[in-house]
Amino acid sequence: MSDTQIRDLIAEAISDNELILFMKGTPEQPACGFSMRTVAMLQSLDVPFAAVDILPDPRIRQELSALSNWPTIPQLFHNGELIGGCDIVTEMYESGELATTLGVQTPADAPAEAPTGDPAQAAPMGIENRLG
Amino acid sequence: MPSADEVKNRIEAAIPGAEAVVQTPDEVHFSAHVRASAFDGLSRVQQHRLVMDIFGGELGGAIHALELKTEAT
Repeated sequence: MSDTQIRDLIAEAISDNELILFMKGTPEQPACGFSMRTVAMLQSLDVPFAAVDILPDPRIRQELSALSNWPTIPQLFHNGELIGGCDIVTEMYESGELATTLGVQTPADAPAEAPTGDPAQAAPMGIENRLG
Repeated sequence: MPSADEVKNRIEAAIPGAEAVVQTPDEVHFSAHVRASAFDGLSRVQQHRLVMDIFGGELGGAIHALELKTEAT
């Protein structure tokens, strides 16, 4: 697959999924603490999201960053727009802005402080990865 | 390996009027709280980009992680 094809697939995944997270590893098995924390926040808001593991091919990250003009992973997109990485998502989670932006009610049992993610609690999620 | 002071100085030199508080336990992972008037009117994503662009290819390399919090003043 050419770099351009990879970039087109990434762009398509971003426009096809209302909420999509590009991460290291998978929601069940995050391969990095920042990806794990971001997954944990989305899960505690009970919001469905697509996830793409960028690790299988270094070109996924390269093309994603070229497309988004954002150097680090994870990257969360909502309605085609980059919301940000783990730090921004954390800030928005704690202020309640994340729930508002995503159009969900914060569940009563969601922790006020951003969860750091415990693999034991991570429920299986639907993963869409057409880039592997 | 960059020191916390070096990271702080580079942020403050690159963004006019910025004040950065930088911490690092190991000179590989950094956290920075940056306040700057230059952030005024920018989205968080744009604010973070301004800071991350200073370090370019060093992010993920010499600077393994840069935890950022930005604030417009």
